[in-house]
Amino acid sequence: MVAALIKAEGLTRIYEMRRGLFGKVTPVRAVDDLSLKVLPGETLGVVGESGSGKSTLGRMLLGIDPAESGTVTFEDKPMPAFGTAEWRALRVRMQLVYQDPLAALDRRLTIATQIREPLDIHNLLTKDERDARVQALMAAVGLRPDQADRYPHELSGGQRQRAVIARALASRPRLIVCDEPVSALDVSIQAQVVNMLRDLQDEFQIAMVFISHDLKVVRNIADRVVVMYLGRIVEEASSDVIFASPRHPYTQALVSSVPVPGQPLKGRMILQGEPPNPASRPSGCAFHPRCPLATDICRTTVPMLRTVGLQRAAACHLVEGANAPIAA
Amino acid sequence: MSQELVELRDLKVAFDGIQVLHGIDLTVGRGEALGLVGESGCGKSVTWLAALGLLPGKATISGSVCIEGHELCGAPRQALETVRGGRIAMIFQDPSSSLNPVIGIGQQITEALTLHRDLRGETARAEALRLLDMVGIPDAPRRFNLFPHEFSGGQCQRLMIAMALAGEPDLLIADEPTTALDATIQAQILDLLIQLRAETGMATVFISHDLGAVSQVCERVCVMYAGRIVEQGSITQLFSNPQHPYTRGLFDAIPRLDGPRTRLVPIPGTVPNPKHLTAGCAFAPRCAHAAAPCDFHRPQLDMLEDGRRLACFNPVLSAGTAPVRQKLVEGV
Repeated sequence: MVAALIKAEGLTRIYEMRRGLFGKVTPVRAVDDLSLKVLPGETLGVVGESGSGKSTLGRMLLGIDPAESGTVTFEDKPMPAFGTAEWRALRVRMQLVYQDPLAALDRRLTIATQIREPLDIHNLLTKDERDARVQALMAAVGLRPDQADRYPHELSGGQRQRAVIARALASRPRLIVCDEPVSALDVSIQAQVVNMLRDLQDEFQIAMVFISHDLKVVRNIADRVVVMYLGRIVEEASSDVIFASPRHPYTQALVSSVPVPGQPLKGRMILQGEPPNPASRPSGCAFHPRCPLATDICRTTVPMLRTVGLQRAAACHLVEGANAPIAA
Repeated sequence: MSQELVELRDLKVAFDGIQVLHGIDLTVGRGEALGLVGESGCGKSVTWLAALGLLPGKATISGSVCIEGHELCGAPRQALETVRGGRIAMIFQDPSSSLNPVIGIGQQITEALTLHRDLRGETARAEALRLLDMVGIPDAPRRFNLFPHEFSGGQCQRLMIAMALAGEPDLLIADEPTTALDATIQAQILDLLIQLRAETGMATVFISHDLGAVSQVCERVCVMYAGRIVEQGSITQLFSNPQHPYTRGLFDAIPRLDGPRTRLVPIPGTVPNPKHLTAGCAFAPRCAHAAAPCDFHRPQLDMLEDGRRLACFNPVLSAGTAPVRQKLVEGV
């Protein structure tokens, strides 16, 4: 068994939300008692609707958002507190890629300067080596050498995302967290960036946490997938089986809602209702108000994440692990 | 009088002298659902913004836009205003920025009812409630005076649709209505659009870059590239047998949810800058099928035997399809 690169145990993040200026403060459990681990070189996909806590989870894994309770262990050492020198030093080994590349780039610095910045900040390599590294990175992400002196506004969306990825890779991290990295791109460009991420990952053996609401992209890039609903993991399995034979009713609805070209909408399971407000979390299983199969136990008891087959787990009272066939 | 509801003839748009739309010919029949697909910057939205006179003053528009024989292009503002919202309604990608944040949603919908159908007071309120119910806003009477920020993204899009329906339009133009929404909510909105079309019989133009979503809603599809229509046909024709390499590329780029996990097939390069278009086919630099004539001559949008229209010298011919023209077969 390979040791996990990053391990989260019992992570909880509570935001305080106030309704109106003098309103009562209500706690919002954005991430609720969540545990997961990522092996070196592995890609973990995180899917769920908006408000399910995907992005908060990504930030907590990197130590940017502090946990109310629970621990993050990176390379067998506990995550240092945000802002400390140890934490900053650790950022060499873990990086973040955001959804909107234009917001993530400084519009007054050239692309090459920004890709070089992590090397300057962390004082890695000699001056000449840095230039060589920047050139190599730009080539690796498919940017032309003459684009080195361009500013972000002179590049297209796909090229900007390439620059952001090159910058994230500059310090040769062991882990990158990608938060919706291709959601803002056209499908043709999206395919270019997804292929590139897969190639870079193979080449540098980077572990990746890939957060997205696009199941098709996640299936293509991730080895293992966790499905989140209101801050909790409801199902976890390898990406080959989870979309082919989803077990949790929520995963089933998610898979069913993906439009397939050439297939009519009829006969699909369309989930009714909106994702509930995390501030007023339903009792029992948080999914029960939208679940077509909900029974009495679902309204009262929170289901735990249980093993329901070979390397797969689901948090649902109605999924039977022992007697159900393991999906092929 | 023609059968068609809306007819665009040789519609051209230029911004500051740079032409972005190069003569679009398009018809929408009564009750028809038409899809418009292509990457960002291909002119999908500009086509309809131009048709409705919604582009800023620096845009030069030429050509003809007719709704049931009445010319809209160059028509006076009053004439346009009876069409906009009344005959043709449009909804946009980002619903929360299309709604007024400081006015209650009930008032915003009744405003549209007053403008287009001259309904006031209790009648208007009753009709607004009926529309809210129709688009699936639960508990509408109690939420009538709430503000847009108190609704989720999916519900805001439902509110926009309710407002668009207020004028009982003959044509609803939905510009990327589900792009900003979650997959589950997207399925709900697509379902709603299908259902509304069945109930009211209005025509729908669905603008999207998501071929999956388009195929759920539409009967006929136009694929646009760099300000031109490059392929046009029924859903079945285009989806079972896309012939333009660009259409084919759009399909191949979509990751699959079933089957083996293979490497994705992107379209190399990006959409060309409208400033630097060559005399040849605009797609040629990115096209795997490009041959010598593609660089210097622009293919015309021709009608094929099976009724589709195609602008390509070297179409993708799948097995089982008879070659359309003999001279095209070489080099494929």
